[in-house]
Parts: sequence; C-alpha cells; structure tokens
Amino acid sequence: MRLEAKPRPSMAMLVLYPVGAVAVTLVVTSLLVLAAGASPLPVFVLVAKGAAGSQFALLETLTRATPLIFTGLAVAVAFRAKLWNIGAEAQLYIGGVVTVVLGTGALPLPAPILIPVIMIAVMVAGGLMLLGPAILKTRFGVDEVVTTLLLNFIVLLFVSMLLEGVLKDPMGLGWPQSQMVAADARLPRIIQGRRFHYGFVIALVAAFAIWFIMKKTTLGYEMRAVGHNPQAARFAGIPVNGVLMKTALISGGLAALAGFSEVAGLKGNLTLDLSPGFGYTGIVVAMLAMLNPLGVVAAAIFVAGIFVGADAMSRAAGVPSYIADVMVATSLLTMVTAIMLSRYRIRWR
Amino acid sequence: MDAFEILFTASFWVAAIRIASPLIFATMGELICERAGVLNLGIEGIMVAGAFAGWVTVYAGGDLWMGVAIAALAGAMFGLLHGTLTVPLGLSQHVVGIGITLLATSLTYFTYRVVLPQVSSPPRIEPFRNWAVPYLSDIPILGPALFNQTPLTYLAFVTVAVVAWVLYRTPLGLAVRAAGENPAAVEAQGMSVTAIRMGAVMVGSALMAVGGAFLTMSAFNSFFFEMVNGRGWICIALVVFGSWRPGKALLGAILFAAFDAYQVRLQQITGGVVPYQIFLMMPYVLSILALVVMARRATYPKALMIPYQKGER
Repeated sequence: MRLEAKPRPSMAMLVLYPVGAVAVTLVVTSLLVLAAGASPLPVFVLVAKGAAGSQFALLETLTRATPLIFTGLAVAVAFRAKLWNIGAEAQLYIGGVVTVVLGTGALPLPAPILIPVIMIAVMVAGGLMLLGPAILKTRFGVDEVVTTLLLNFIVLLFVSMLLEGVLKDPMGLGWPQSQMVAADARLPRIIQGRRFHYGFVIALVAAFAIWFIMKKTTLGYEMRAVGHNPQAARFAGIPVNGVLMKTALISGGLAALAGFSEVAGLKGNLTLDLSPGFGYTGIVVAMLAMLNPLGVVAAAIFVAGIFVGADAMSRAAGVPSYIADVMVATSLLTMVTAIMLSRYRIRWR
Repeated sequence: MDAFEILFTASFWVAAIRIASPLIFATMGELICERAGVLNLGIEGIMVAGAFAGWVTVYAGGDLWMGVAIAALAGAMFGLLHGTLTVPLGLSQHVVGIGITLLATSLTYFTYRVVLPQVSSPPRIEPFRNWAVPYLSDIPILGPALFNQTPLTYLAFVTVAVVAWVLYRTPLGLAVRAAGENPAAVEAQGMSVTAIRMGAVMVGSALMAVGGAFLTMSAFNSFFFEMVNGRGWICIALVVFGSWRPGKALLGAILFAAFDAYQVRLQQITGGVVPYQIFLMMPYVLSILALVVMARRATYPKALMIPYQKGER
C-alpha cells in the first residue's frame, strides 16, 4: 500500500473523519463499559451531565480546563517548532514552587503588582526549565523527548524534597505541603462560592497571545518554518537554534503558568498531587486542537469535561473513572489517524 | 560498613542483577524497534500493561510461564497498534508513542479497578523462586549474583544473546538493521520494509511487556500503580548509551542497576543526613548524563523516525 497526498481535502472529509474518530472512541469505550458490567448509553449520559448538566458542573469543567489550556498551549507551541516538550509536568511544578516561594510573604507588594511579578518569575523559571533540554538538543544532539521525560521524575522528587524541607508548612501536621500563599498573591474567584477563578481568564488571554505570535509575527513564522523543515529554514537565513531557544522559553513559561494558576487560583498551596498528569494530558489537548492555539481552548474544555463527567459518573454508576483516561488516550490516537486519512489517500498497490 | 565495602558484598551484586533484569528485557525490546527504524515511546505504558497482564494471569490461577506468555502477547498487541499507526500510516512516532503509553497505562488501571473493585492492599501471588545453578552459584560474590536468581533473570541474559545473534548473524537480522539504515535497499532486495518494521515493533513490544512482568512476578509479588516509575524512559536512554548494540546496552543496564542498588545502600549508611530524594533522583540524573556523554559519538540508525513510503525517494 502507498499513501498519496490528496490534492485538496474536501470540506466534507475534514468533518467526516474527525466524526469517525469520535465514533471509534465511543465504540472502544462502550466495550469497556460493557466489560465493567454497565450499559454504555446511561453511562455516557451521566458523563455528559456530570460535565455540563448544571451550572456547578459546567464551572467545574472550566476550572479543570484552566491548567489544560496552559499545558496544551505549551505543547502546541513546542510541537509546532518540532521541539518535543514532554516535560510540561515538570515545568508546571516549578511554576508552583516559584508561586509559593514568592507568594508566602517574600515580596511585600500589593496584589496588582505582586501577581504580575510572580507570573513573570514563574514564566522565566519554567522557560529555563525547558531551555536546558533545548540546549542539550542543539549543542550535544541529545533527544529532548528523553531528557524532558526524565526531568519530570527529577523535578517531582525535588518538589518532594522541598515540601519535606525548606518549604514545609510548620502548621501542616507533618503532611508534605507548603504554607498557603498570602491573600494578595491569590487569584480571585470569578463567582463567589465556586472554585472557578481568574486563572481561566489568564488562560484565554494566553491563548489569544500565542495565536497572535504564531500567526502575525516573524517569530511565529520562523517557528513554523523550523518545525516544517529545519534545513530549509537555515538555508533561508533563519537562526534555527535561536528560534528553538525562544520556543523553549515560551513553551516552558506557559506550562509553568499552569502551576501558578493551580496554586494561586485553586489550591492555595503546593502539594505533591498538584497535577494529576496535566502535563501529559496537555499533549492530547494540543494534538486534538491540531496545534492551533485557539483550538487548544476548545480541546481543553472538551477533555476536562470528560474527566469531570467521568468522576461524577463513577460515583453514580460504579464504572472506574479511569475510563476517562482511556477515552482521552483513544481519542488522541483516533484523531491523529483521522487527520492523516483526511489528507492522504491509501492506494492498495 | 563504609561506602566502598558495599561493592564487595554479594547481596549488593545480587540486587544489581535483579534490578537490571527488567531493564535488560525492555532495553532489548526498544533496541529491536529502533534498529528497524521505529522509536517506540509506548515502552513505559507497555511495561505497565505487561506487569499487570502477567500478574493477573497468575492471580486468576494461571501458571507463571503462562503469565509471561500472556504479558508478551499483550505487549505484542500494543506493538501491533503502534506499528500499524507509525509504519504503514507513517504517523508521528513521538505522538503515537506517547498515545500508546497513555492508552496502555489507563487501560491497565481501568482493568485493575474492574477486576479488583474494592481492594485496599493489593493481593499477592506466588512469584518465581530463585533457582541456583549447581556449582556455579558457589563462586564467591559472582556466584549468587549471576547463578542464584529467578529463571526470568536467566531468560533476560539469554534474550540478549539471542537478539545479538539474530541481529548480526542471520539474514533476518541483516534485514532488520537495513530497514533502520536504508529501507530503500531492503525494498530493492524484494523484501517488505513494512513487514520487517511491524514485526520488529511487535517483538520489541512483547519484550518490553515481559520486562514489566518481571516486576510483578519476580522482583515483587503484587501489582501497584506507578510501579514502572519511569523505567521505560530509562531504557530509551540505555539504548542510546549502548549505541544500539545489544552487548553494550546490557553492560549499560547492569552499570545502571549497580548504581541504583548502590544508592539504596549508601542512603542507609548516610542515615538521613542527605535527603533521600537526592538518592532517588540519581538514576534519572545519571541517565541524562549518560545521554550527554554518548549522544555525540552515537551512530544512531540512519532511518530512525523516518517513515518509509514504497517507491518514494
């Protein structure tokens, strides 16, 4: 068999194949639900209700989507330049560490100044976190996939060390957790009495900013060129390594903002379970969005809905909530396949 | 005991070889895939799936070797999926690999919860027992380390020999290596690059799963979440460290495991002065350092990560 590029993918194909991908995902998950001894349709209804059936559910979904928008953007930016950042999880935790270090009284500033200062510091720290692997890639030819993956484990142990050491809350009853950040460093809630916070608004602003950079600036053009064909980009006079460094700084910074937003907006302090894999799920979000920054927002809300909905469903129907992870992973594989099939035709000889 | 004396205790080397065993299986698996031109980032998840598949087979009343076979089969199935998406369809090996890891891990956790809905402490199985090779196991230090282990450890060493022999001494191995270096030449010989790569990914994934199964069936006796804990990613580093050669990769795995066993013992000696997390970080830091040192002179397969299209130049 051979793959042949279709001259111009028709609109119908661009819609039909992703719908097919969703259908395949639903079939796979239905089989698993059946295996778990429940019937699929009521389970899917429960997931949908749990994700968007009430104001409470919808706000929970948007709250869960907030860190995923940041990590999704981080991955989308990096993958566009073919910088394989699988380390968003580590960058997220570093963002949380910086937020706690600066937010627990180290900087006596009022909120309107303190929060931007923390955000800048968080982004710099996260960016440097990815700059290391990027330099190892360009200088020594070390594959950044492996280094960023290994750094996830190193950073988590580092955070664990901090939480049992210098950052440990003396009032924490021995739990490995940090002090709460000061009120001036907290992101306010958007609706009183709900967990939904201004981190979501910052995430939307970030998505528009990244969309603008990618589409309207020279840097964005250079990043796409480097991702598409580094040799050609170099030949055209684009400083490929420099562009990769800038990409690393932006991507790492975005992932770190996820940690900032979770600590300053939602949790208030840093613990070892700050992220249930937001960094890895960000990869799925970015791919579902086809690396489009605005698409990341939609994809993050969709993926967050599956997780929040599955939690609610699991309590009601007894199907393990890991079904959400299976659904998300399956949709990643079916979606990349669908996108490829909509652009290429398979010729059987 | 001081830090240096540890190196001359038998228990240290026994532990080192035991820690190396799952890494040897999985590293050989990844090596086969990469030699054929496919980077398999599904390794971490496939090890999780293998660990569970082997364990649950025995838990359900199966024989230990049956457990190993089921684990290998589960690995091969994920390999089939990985191969289908990356070889004929030519999708990004990075994205598909991460996807396979997420899928295999979540599918395993889901199945675990369905099979065992209400357990607080994971149930145990009767794992592989040590089998001492007569006479050889009496050699001081080396004897217990190399000749008083479980059958799965011996199988790991046999696997390295077989992989090396097949890769360098058989036409099949030549075809696999050529598929990773110069796929067009393979096609010119009338062989199918697609078939060779698919086969390599399936066999490689089966070995990764057996590596995972070692954890639940030989090193420990039950299945825990997060028990693979980055071992798959370390194996990818070990393949680079061994410059894609089975013998060197074996050496790398043993060195790495010896270091891991050493840090555990050093941790006990230093007695809490240094935070334990520093010791736990060492294996990952060491992997990165090994990559930095080796990456420059590494001669990686030329066609690694490049999908092959028949008739394309």
